[in-house]
Amino acid sequence: MLRLYFLINAQKILQIKKCLKSFNHAKTRYTTEAKFQTKPYRLHRLDKGPEPETTLTKSDALKYFELMSTVRKLEANINILYKAKIIRGFCHLYSGQEAVAVGMYAALRPSDAAITSYRCHAWIYLYSKEDPLVAVIAELVGTRAGCSRGKGGSMHMYAPNFYGGNGIVGAQVPLGVGVALAFKYTQKDAVSVVLYGDGAANNGQVFEAFNIAKLWNLPCIFVCENNQYGMGTSTARHSANTEFYTRGDVIPGIWIDGMDILSVREATRFSINHCVSGKGPILLEVYTYRYFGHSLSDPGTSYRTHDEIQKMRHTNDPIKNFSNQLLTANLVTQDELHQIEAKVKKEVDDATERAKIGKEIEMEELTYDIYANDVMKEIRLTTPFRTGPHKVTVNRSQNLK
Amino acid sequence: MATVKNTSNLLSLVGKSLNRRSFSVSKVAAAKQMTVRDALNSALDEEMSRDERVFIIGEEVAQYDGAYKVTRGLWKKYGDKRVIDTPITEMGFTGIAVGAAMAGLRPVCEYMTFNFAMQAIDQIVNSAAKTFYMSAGLVNVPVVFRGPNGAAAGVAAQHSQCYGAWYAHVPGLKVISPYNSEDCKGLLKAAIRDPDPVVFLENELLYGVQYPMSDQALANDFILPIGKAKIERPGKHITIVAHSKAVETSLQAANELSSKGIEAEVINLRSLRPLDMNTINASVAKTNHLISVEQGWPTAGMGAEILARIMESETFFHLDQPAVRVTGVDVPMPYTKSLEAAALPAPKDVLEAAKKLLKVK
Repeated sequence: MLRLYFLINAQKILQIKKCLKSFNHAKTRYTTEAKFQTKPYRLHRLDKGPEPETTLTKSDALKYFELMSTVRKLEANINILYKAKIIRGFCHLYSGQEAVAVGMYAALRPSDAAITSYRCHAWIYLYSKEDPLVAVIAELVGTRAGCSRGKGGSMHMYAPNFYGGNGIVGAQVPLGVGVALAFKYTQKDAVSVVLYGDGAANNGQVFEAFNIAKLWNLPCIFVCENNQYGMGTSTARHSANTEFYTRGDVIPGIWIDGMDILSVREATRFSINHCVSGKGPILLEVYTYRYFGHSLSDPGTSYRTHDEIQKMRHTNDPIKNFSNQLLTANLVTQDELHQIEAKVKKEVDDATERAKIGKEIEMEELTYDIYANDVMKEIRLTTPFRTGPHKVTVNRSQNLK
Repeated sequence: MATVKNTSNLLSLVGKSLNRRSFSVSKVAAAKQMTVRDALNSALDEEMSRDERVFIIGEEVAQYDGAYKVTRGLWKKYGDKRVIDTPITEMGFTGIAVGAAMAGLRPVCEYMTFNFAMQAIDQIVNSAAKTFYMSAGLVNVPVVFRGPNGAAAGVAAQHSQCYGAWYAHVPGLKVISPYNSEDCKGLLKAAIRDPDPVVFLENELLYGVQYPMSDQALANDFILPIGKAKIERPGKHITIVAHSKAVETSLQAANELSSKGIEAEVINLRSLRPLDMNTINASVAKTNHLISVEQGWPTAGMGAEILARIMESETFFHLDQPAVRVTGVDVPMPYTKSLEAAALPAPKDVLEAAKKLLKVK
């Protein structure tokens, strides 16, 4: 009898031990990573789409939050500099679209290239290697610490594997397909991410690029950042077919809620797989929104209502929604997020101050870097009486040899 | 007067030289003739063989052997990867060529004629030409845009425009307008090796013309410098400067002038950008008279640029007479045969200008 009693108790003890073990195990897993549902995708010519569920680690969560917050703060500071007339010319801000750039970047590999339009600040920040915040802000201010030494400006910023920053609507799309061609030609394990807006989605050369990318089976991820307006013209007023993810015709497409960073990340993973497994190009339409006008000379309220903008900010903000997701899942604490916000504010404000006081390049550089060699040693200035020297800024050219 | 015996002696001498394989010494041994088409073809072949990154992209370049047969045989030799047929989408495939160049390849982008490149001119100017400057030297664009330029025969207005002045206008481009086979071979090779975007303006009517090729020119490392003109025919009484087909016109005029005792110095520009003013200036300092000859339209053309630069330089003071331009007529190209001929400068026009300047009847 006693032996039976002990046996039953031993079993119970074992059970309790097991329970405790799994409870502890679950508790550890629960705080360092969590599963999230992605937002529903819409598919074009695809039987299977990206995963409906994704796992996010705590460190990645904090990293993405920091990156998105940095982009948001960067653009906010740039807005202030522009209003103070320290930044001139065109300036197209990305505020509201952070989840697209950061979500894609989260999935891209170092070998993958990207090219986009003039709404490029977030992308150049992500791709720049050295002191990226100053590289961007100084370029906008027009001083020598800028990634193009101040000679390019807002729309012409480059970094390794990042081909701009392009001023002509739609021109970047064939260029990006050319990068993909180079990857296939050299058998590089890399994809070319080719971004364009809903405003560019009807441009002829975009379709020329689609055709060739599909025909030659090139590793391109086309990304239509549909922020609902091509400059001041809403999608309904500029496109007979607003299903931009289908406009690649025989190219498979996916519609993604671009305000949800994890949906973007998951779709990017899916697309990279699609390309590197030799299936050719794919077209992603990311639904997103820009808070500012088309550029900083556009208040952005003559073609849309103030209410609409406010509603998006309050109910659909990518950073706010992401942090809510993280807090609800107990993946991060409010404190941790506040700490990051404080850190980001300091970093971006610091960089802004440093970028503001930078110097312009010397006048001599006016005639530098027209050519990659000294075929023309002297460049005519404004009169026939004076020339400027032509020089190549050394240690920068990528394709010289 | 060569007798049969002398000729056979000569031939046996040549034969012996050939046998002794003294090519480099005996220039007597047959100066080989080569068509412009073949010169271009061998330039492409040699450069593709030398550098894996070089590839050709354009309409009909592969299986058709090239609309004008310039790329004949290359697809057979190098295959689909390196000689690529495109759909009829100039803007698209030009952008693709430029993007591939940015990413490190060396594309040769063919236009069936440069008239069609107007579809793509934004990619040539805004994406290719300006990028090195806008990136402050970070991204260079080693792409060649080549194809026939200017008037052909009977192809009428939309297929006959000369784009030399348009492309020469743009900082960031190098623009070449070759004349004969040697020009074409040496300059196309130089263009392909060049780290910058090069616009290479050929001439359809010259494709089939044979020109002598020196041993040096036949070698596979034969490169000509971009931006250097060539004195095609030395002279002392008047300088005639031209590019492409107009060089032929000028040489013909120079021959006729010679029979009147006027020795014209004919300069073959070879490049439009950079423009070799040093050669022109030195020549005008010697001859004191200048005519610029071009097939393109007069307004804001290459001749206008050359004359403006002469005006602005010390060379102006060497002129005994104002410099003049002989150009195409300021009209879209007509189809009517006689009108088409009249719309382009002929040797008689150059003669007329020379005689007027030199005050000769």
